[in-house]
Amino acid sequence: MNAISLSRRSLLAAGGALVVGFPAPGAAVAQVVAGAAKPKALAPDQLSSWVAIQQNGDVVGYFGKVDLGQGTDSGVALIIAEELDVPFKRVSIVMGDTDLTVNQGGASGSTGLEEGAVTLRYAAAEARRVLLGMAAEKLGVPVAQLSVQDGVVSGGGKSVSYGELIGGRQFEVAMKWNGKIGNPLLVQGQAQPKKVSEYKQVGKPAPRFDVAGKVLATSKYVGDVRLPGMLHGRMIRPPVAGATVVSFDAASVAHLKGVRVMAKGGFLGVVAPKEWDAVRASRELKVVWSDVKLPFPAFDTLHDHIRAAKVLGKEEETKNGDVDAALAAGAPAGGKLITADYEWPFQSHASMAPACALVDVRPEKVTVYTGTQKPHYCQLGVAAILGRKPEEVHAVWISGPGSYGRNDAGDAAIDAALLSREFGAPVRVQGMRHEGTGWDPKGPASVHTGRAIVDANGQLTAIDFATKAFSRVDINSNESDPKHSLAGQMMGLGTKHEPAFGVPTGAYVVANKRLTWESVEPLLAAGSPLRTSHLRDPVGPQLIFAYESFIDEVAHMTGQDAIAFRLRHLPDPRAKKVLEAAAENFGWDTRVSASKVASGEIMRGRGVSYGQRGKTLVAIIAEVEVNRSTGKVQPTRFAVAHNCGLIVNPSALYHTIEGNIIHASSRALHEEVRFDEKNVTSVDWETYPILDITEAPQKIDIVLINDQEKGPYGAGEGSTRPLAGAIGNAIFDATGIRLRRAPFTADRMKAALGTHV
Amino acid sequence: MTEAITLTVNGAKHALSVDDPQMPLLYALRDELGLDNPRFGCGLGQCGACTVHVDGVAVRSCITPLSAVGNAPVATLASLGTAEHPHPLQAAFMAEEAPYCGYCLNGWLMTAAALIKQKPRATEAEVREGLTGLKCRCGAHMAMIRAVLRVTQA
Repeated sequence: MNAISLSRRSLLAAGGALVVGFPAPGAAVAQVVAGAAKPKALAPDQLSSWVAIQQNGDVVGYFGKVDLGQGTDSGVALIIAEELDVPFKRVSIVMGDTDLTVNQGGASGSTGLEEGAVTLRYAAAEARRVLLGMAAEKLGVPVAQLSVQDGVVSGGGKSVSYGELIGGRQFEVAMKWNGKIGNPLLVQGQAQPKKVSEYKQVGKPAPRFDVAGKVLATSKYVGDVRLPGMLHGRMIRPPVAGATVVSFDAASVAHLKGVRVMAKGGFLGVVAPKEWDAVRASRELKVVWSDVKLPFPAFDTLHDHIRAAKVLGKEEETKNGDVDAALAAGAPAGGKLITADYEWPFQSHASMAPACALVDVRPEKVTVYTGTQKPHYCQLGVAAILGRKPEEVHAVWISGPGSYGRNDAGDAAIDAALLSREFGAPVRVQGMRHEGTGWDPKGPASVHTGRAIVDANGQLTAIDFATKAFSRVDINSNESDPKHSLAGQMMGLGTKHEPAFGVPTGAYVVANKRLTWESVEPLLAAGSPLRTSHLRDPVGPQLIFAYESFIDEVAHMTGQDAIAFRLRHLPDPRAKKVLEAAAENFGWDTRVSASKVASGEIMRGRGVSYGQRGKTLVAIIAEVEVNRSTGKVQPTRFAVAHNCGLIVNPSALYHTIEGNIIHASSRALHEEVRFDEKNVTSVDWETYPILDITEAPQKIDIVLINDQEKGPYGAGEGSTRPLAGAIGNAIFDATGIRLRRAPFTADRMKAALGTHV
Repeated sequence: MTEAITLTVNGAKHALSVDDPQMPLLYALRDELGLDNPRFGCGLGQCGACTVHVDGVAVRSCITPLSAVGNAPVATLASLGTAEHPHPLQAAFMAEEAPYCGYCLNGWLMTAAALIKQKPRATEAEVREGLTGLKCRCGAHMAMIRAVLRVTQA
């Protein structure tokens, strides 16, 4: 289950290539060193690009995504083991190396099992079909009389193992490819995969591959890779966002050994043979930056800025009935017209460490070691910024700190590539903390407005939900285009801003319903520390915080229980079941919210929120304590019901949901990127606080609904989506105060308590 | 001005020549000695990813100048346990499958190891209090609490 220290081609072709390898977290990473045979381009339509049988009969799956500690690779291995009828423990997964795997989009949109594993499932089924054909010929027994157990084909009293049939050689079988690359890539063979009812391994807990190496400290991270002659690089970012380098004083770092400086536009980097010298040079280099117009509004005016900002794009994604007519008619007799506004801040990926990348630019080849979750797109981005052909660039993913979307990892690879070319040596760029929080792409700040009409029977008859926000993608969700990289923008390559946001995905059925968004001009067109891109469950937390808060307000203002109100507008049986399961899991007391507000120091409440992400449905009930004196909001318990279709690896799924809950709690309670008129001022863990272990809930109770005839659907982000709404609604139940702006910091809560009569 | 320094790490003595005695211990361990267990996370002593034991005490090597270490023995996570003989905390973290990305884990394990020496029967409240301030971005907190309690409340 551990690392395969051979490249696939040398492994299978036994060509005697000189290879070195080292175990990386979650992956069997192999590096072919100079002198090894250049592998031929991976063809998506070849079975050999997906599955191989080693000489001892062990199975290797080649996965074009990566795992970030959620056990996606163990899920893929289970699926391959199932289709091939081999034990799980004999399957290993290679991922993240552009020489060894086809581009399946990298880690992206919770599609690891929902999309990525589908091709692997077909490939494994096809491999089994081919192996049975080979066995039939070898044993002289018809396929129909053969069976497979633990990788051994038996029939007619004879048997032969997979290893004996093809071990060490590649399949030479073509499959049908849909012609797409990335997430939508699909390859199918002649064989049909098993029916769920035939599963023996899928659905049972299987151990993750990455745990032991991480705990025993034998795994390497991208920051641990070193090459001979390597220089250490550090980037220097402008004090005022948008400024470019006018001049720098090389003498100011002359006391440090071997320091060299590269400046181009706003791109400024230093290198040195010793890491500490590079750090010092980045701090001590005297730089004159250009005077630029202050790029940002005052922090406290951010949401008013959005309300007034120029709209670059908009879309009416959902429309049924006639919302305008219904709203114009106003509240019917005995009914209500309800409106409310909500605000969400910019948030940072704020990875555990700022990004690191090591790039070696050579005349014949470029090698990139990167922690980006999309190494194939990183390969394209590095090639483009260097003006090289993609096939001359080999990107090797080695886990970095968790990325949660497009963090700063891809930008570090582009920075390192430019410095390596400039100085003719491998360059390892390690970001400093202020870059990891201050200069990563951000999740967009937003304003949401809900308007609803409820009739005398408490039925929603109209809902209008409008979002105005920064785009979700000022830069693309991957780094394949240098215009979308920080270095490219700093050097003036241009921008490719795209208007985009989204609307709440919910199954509430309302006769007149309209869901719209508008996205506004970025605050700074290029090289902005507030440029937006995908952050875990892109736009989901903000939309569902606002939408589920609004639904909750409507329920309360019409005297209805929060769950009963949701259920009466939720005819979809899958959705209903999830909400009911969460209520049962929690032990929900049916009543109108905020009907039991305590008078003491500690106020307790519970709140529900429901979200859909694709076909994954999640309901969360949060229980919180609010301290009247300090304003501190402490979640004490979460009850979760989760339906992502077929459950592949329940232990990894449970773990993934738990992580979502904690990460999303941190975002709901603490996280907002602060800035002044010059730059982002959230630059470390003091200025961008996250959840502390003393603030973790006492309990997270998770109910997994195994909807096994569907999916599997993604689970990497679904339970992030409704979390903030659940906490906000619980705060309301506890205090009778509606916080319409996230995060729910102690200061904000205290201020609201102070003004509340 | 180059200075000769002897650093004792995981029982082995290493002779180093450094230009800047104010260089943090982390850079000596990683860049000079190639010991990767302590990780760079913030360089500000705020996250714990760089934690090592100096004289048995958990310290943040990213803000500990080499000059402050002197002759004190330094221990990294590599000295805690092995696959054959894992530290009880490592066994518990593996049993819980506690990590996600795992980048922060060095800090949690090294701090927890120092904590349970002081409080071998630490309660859940003591475990939370003892580990406060460490950062984990993926949200492994619940599993890490369970893992430490496997050792202290076994």
